[in-house]
Amino acid sequence: MKSFLDEVNRRVNGVLLQNCFHCYKCSSGCPMADAMEYNSNQMIRMAQLGQKEKLLKSSAIWLCVSCETCVTRCPNNVDIPRMIDVFREMALEEGYPPAEKGVIAFHESFLNTVKLNGRINEPIMIASYKLKTGSYFQDLVVGLKMLLKGKLSLFSPRTRNRTSVRRIFRRTSRS
Amino acid sequence: MRYSYYPGCSLHSTGKEYGLSVEVVCQALGIELKELFDWSCCGATSAHSTNFKLSVALPARNLVKAEQQGLDVMIPCAACFNRFKSAQYHLAADPDLQKEISETLATPYRGGVAVRSPIDIFHRDFGLENLAARVSRKLEGLKPVSYYGCLWLRPAEVCNFEDPENPVMLDEIVDSLGAESRKWSFKTDCCGGSLTISRTELVENMVGRLMRMAREAGANCIVTACPLCMANLDMRARPEEELPVFYFTELMALAMGLEEAKGWFKLHCIDPRPLLNSLDLL
Ligand code: SF4
Ligand code: SF4
Repeated sequence: MKSFLDEVNRRVNGVLLQNCFHCYKCSSGCPMADAMEYNSNQMIRMAQLGQKEKLLKSSAIWLCVSCETCVTRCPNNVDIPRMIDVFREMALEEGYPPAEKGVIAFHESFLNTVKLNGRINEPIMIASYKLKTGSYFQDLVVGLKMLLKGKLSLFSPRTRNRTSVRRIFRRTSRS
Repeated sequence: MRYSYYPGCSLHSTGKEYGLSVEVVCQALGIELKELFDWSCCGATSAHSTNFKLSVALPARNLVKAEQQGLDVMIPCAACFNRFKSAQYHLAADPDLQKEISETLATPYRGGVAVRSPIDIFHRDFGLENLAARVSRKLEGLKPVSYYGCLWLRPAEVCNFEDPENPVMLDEIVDSLGAESRKWSFKTDCCGGSLTISRTELVENMVGRLMRMAREAGANCIVTACPLCMANLDMRARPEEELPVFYFTELMALAMGLEEAKGWFKLHCIDPRPLLNSLDLL
């Protein structure tokens, strides 16, 4: 049977995670290390040890901002951000309860808006995010400021051929 | 000089003054931009965080349009640039993926279009000396730190842009406008990106640090080339830490004496006009 590590390596499709020699350089430069319960080289170690559940349930996989500092500095070119994207995809596919509900609500709102309009219309995206999270009052002031400055518009132009965009969503959808 | 132009979603909304300033500056410099026909969103962080194939297919839809227009494509948004580059990288490395994505799009993806940053186009194609020759009002007294953030630079073999630890083109551009860029160690640090909505407090801390470090380096403003960095710096700084933030193209327009520039500054949350007035630049 394929191990968790094999499956992650297959999907990362780059340098094997076994190449990490735990020098800690990635974690030292990670802007999110403070907020993560496991930092990047710990996540690699956990993958090496097959600790799938702990990883896929963690907040850390959703807090990585994909700044790509770690892979840029890694002496072995281990692609940590891609590895973390793989963890996220696996967590969603296998229905792990998301530790960072807000982050996932944001991604869903964002992608639904793209699917619908072909482009991001910020007021619609934010409204959808607020409906999902119930955070109605957060950022109200900033949002109003933006509306008044004419930066947010309810009627920004959409992609005309939305069928072609929906086709992409349909064809790449997991279900 | 002619390029296809992909504004992306931000340049029509929160990054409005970036889009306007890129277009006005290009026009003034004789750089012709042809907007990609019926473009769509690149998918940004949300696509690559949740669905790899979607994250390749969305930029690929636009890359195919650029192929059809037959021109290299200029992308002012660092996040879009990064997603386009990443899609190109994966498509070039994996013929099976290329086939699958072509089927997804119902159009063959061929590749061969260069994805370009305006930083690089102004610096290398137009040239610093030519740019300096167009300056009618030197930005004397303006001391910016240049802030690249993540997405122009990393991963280096994907972006294929500048030195990922010490890029300098932005500094050289603002210096050629007569400003005096300051050195600092945070030009490639992260601003917190899309966590700004779901985990605001983390982003406030990151932005706060950038603002403090810019001040410590002797800067009186920050210059950026990314609408996400701009949004975070401009909206998430605590009042006592605020420094004005500019898109580099706004400064280009100002130095070139383009009238439109004056209308953009009121769009900023941190009003840069007091600083510009104090330096007699408005
Ligand atoms: S920098 Fe690379 S080798 Fe070092 S701990 Fe991180 S992943 Fe492992
Ligand atoms: S990409 Fe993610 S794990 Fe890597 S340094 Fe950035 S936040 Fe940390």
